[in-house]
Amino acid sequence: MTETRLLLGDEAVALGALHAGLKGVYAYPGTPSTEITEFIQKSEAASAAGIHCTWSTNEKTAMEEALGMSYAGCRSMVCMKHVGMNVAADAFVNAAMTGVNGGLVIVAADDPSMHSSQNEQDSRFYGKFAMIPMLEPSTQQEAYEMTGYAFDLSEKEKLPVLLRLTTRLAHSRAAVSVQPGPDSTVRLPAAKDPSSWVLLPGNARKRNDYLTSVQTHLSDIASFSPFTFITGEKDGADTGIIASGTGWNYVMENGAAETGFPVLKIGQYPLPEQKIKEFAASCDNVLVVEDGQPFIEEQVRAIAGSGTRVLGKLTGNLPRTGELNPDSVGKALGKEPVQFYAKPQNIVPRPPALCQGCGHRDVYIALNKVLASYPDARVFADIGCYTLGALPPFCAIDSCVDMGASITMAKGAADAGLYPAVAVIGDSTFTHSGMTGLLDAVNDRSNITVVISDNLTTAMTGGQDSAGTNKFEAICLALGVEPAHVRVVVPLQKNMAEITAVIREEIDYNGVSVIIPRRECMQTLSRKKNKTK
Amino acid sequence: MKYDIILAGVGGQGILSIATIIADAAVNAGLQIKQAEVHGMSQRGGEVESGLRLSDTAIYSDLLPAGSAEMILSMEPMEALRYLPFLSRDGYVITSTAPFRNIPDYPEDAVKKDLEILPHVVGIDIETLARENSMPKSANMILLGAAARHIGILTPEHLKESIARIFGRKGRQIVETNLRAFDMGYAKI
Repeated sequence: MTETRLLLGDEAVALGALHAGLKGVYAYPGTPSTEITEFIQKSEAASAAGIHCTWSTNEKTAMEEALGMSYAGCRSMVCMKHVGMNVAADAFVNAAMTGVNGGLVIVAADDPSMHSSQNEQDSRFYGKFAMIPMLEPSTQQEAYEMTGYAFDLSEKEKLPVLLRLTTRLAHSRAAVSVQPGPDSTVRLPAAKDPSSWVLLPGNARKRNDYLTSVQTHLSDIASFSPFTFITGEKDGADTGIIASGTGWNYVMENGAAETGFPVLKIGQYPLPEQKIKEFAASCDNVLVVEDGQPFIEEQVRAIAGSGTRVLGKLTGNLPRTGELNPDSVGKALGKEPVQFYAKPQNIVPRPPALCQGCGHRDVYIALNKVLASYPDARVFADIGCYTLGALPPFCAIDSCVDMGASITMAKGAADAGLYPAVAVIGDSTFTHSGMTGLLDAVNDRSNITVVISDNLTTAMTGGQDSAGTNKFEAICLALGVEPAHVRVVVPLQKNMAEITAVIREEIDYNGVSVIIPRRECMQTLSRKKNKTK
Repeated sequence: MKYDIILAGVGGQGILSIATIIADAAVNAGLQIKQAEVHGMSQRGGEVESGLRLSDTAIYSDLLPAGSAEMILSMEPMEALRYLPFLSRDGYVITSTAPFRNIPDYPEDAVKKDLEILPHVVGIDIETLARENSMPKSANMILLGAAARHIGILTPEHLKESIARIFGRKGRQIVETNLRAFDMGYAKI
């Protein structure tokens, strides 16, 4: 029976997966992908069906766990933000080499405009790199439908399928018409063919030949995909539009269909070459509208004949960076944006800040106090709420690059003689990607001071469970940090004398020290209090 | 018929609850809806905005075009002004008048002046109203009540049904407080 639900793009994917007989979702939280897994965690039906949905330690473990579930014959899904694809890449690319058994769908949520990210990388390049089918929804309805389609496609082609979202779809709500699927999860016999699953060179070469040989077939099925279609009159137009994802929405918002532009919507990759060739041949100009990097545009340049001019981000018709919007796309279609009121000049930005009462605040106050007497000190920080320590009033950190880079960069800098080299990393980021770097530092007896600012949660993304809670001292000791140099403090103003003394002692110690300031996140604390009221 | 709204405020002020209620009401009224919001870093005391589009025909873009919003509904006066480029010629600004000062040099006088010169603006001191009426957490529902008279595409009854539905799982008392807050805002305009 069909019903209407108000869903975020993320939630539409989650429900699509549940209705397709999902057995497990594997993920590490990351904006804008977090709500997919959270939706499944909150679903009573999923819980009753025993669907796996606890958080993984990082995107790579998530990807491999999902591959294992696929191997065993069930449908599994992996969700992450775009930069998570970098962490999962080894497993992701090689899952294309092994192929899959139960349907395996990887959801990558890109963040053009970097609302909550450090770069604008476009996950579609990963799909092409791994040579697997890819889907890109424009609407919440498509996000729902494509997810079920993606599982079928994955099982039919025996390949993982990448589903690409962008922030504006992931975090936008719309009414979605849904059709509850089977009551039970899909179960195939477990895989047992070592020649595809043991990627020794001899096997891998065969798999590579196979994967390469199906590329034309995959492009052909994209041509006939229900998500590839043309609107508007194809013949006689001098400019045609090729659009995908949220880009297509902005094209339609500007009335492209009514004003006579033919529009080829791309919903499935590898690109439908045949369809694009025919479409381009009927137009003098083709404008390519896609959110992210000029992924389609570059390929259309190669596919279209020399008689067609390809316009888009590379020709300056659309902005090269940042997310598209109805106005930037309207402009490319010859419409000037309308504006009646200008933004007053006195409006000042209101940057995000650490919450009042947050333990990270006390950590930075203490660090700044101590490091004032070490002018050469550098603080290598990491990804999380505490990255906001870069802003006033703290201005306390010197770097933030990728998950885990605090410890390893501090180590490299210490190797080069920089002193004091301090790393600041959150609890969840530490278990995600900090532990292995700490082992490097221990093995080299590097002169670094690591601060694991533990707020007992993955706070930045909204307070998900943190994999290492209650285990940090044990982890550090097991990795070989000297027991005398694993120090725990409570980051409160009243403890400032003790905290600064501990930091000073550990900076003075020539070797690896770990200081763990531990106090619960204010947000999760107040949520708990509200619950018990 | 379409109705575009920009909801604005500072992270933690409850603008997403307003968005959820309007969106729920719209779906129950059989309208098309798109509601775009940004999660993550901006929640930490930063500027927060949500675009809400209601229509009885298909809506394509999740984002509002410039100059299209029939209303800017803001929990904070300076945040209302930040999104003026989205306001349509005859659009309304409905805003709390209480500044949220978590930045140095908050331009209070300039904000007041810039608001006063707009043709259609309604300022309402929802924070004081909420405090005086012992409903400190319902300032956002007072604001929604104040907006309700203008959101012609939805009736106040649609919105009140959604308040009851959305807050329902938090208990009857919370529902009643929020409905009272809504009525208070509605009566103010």
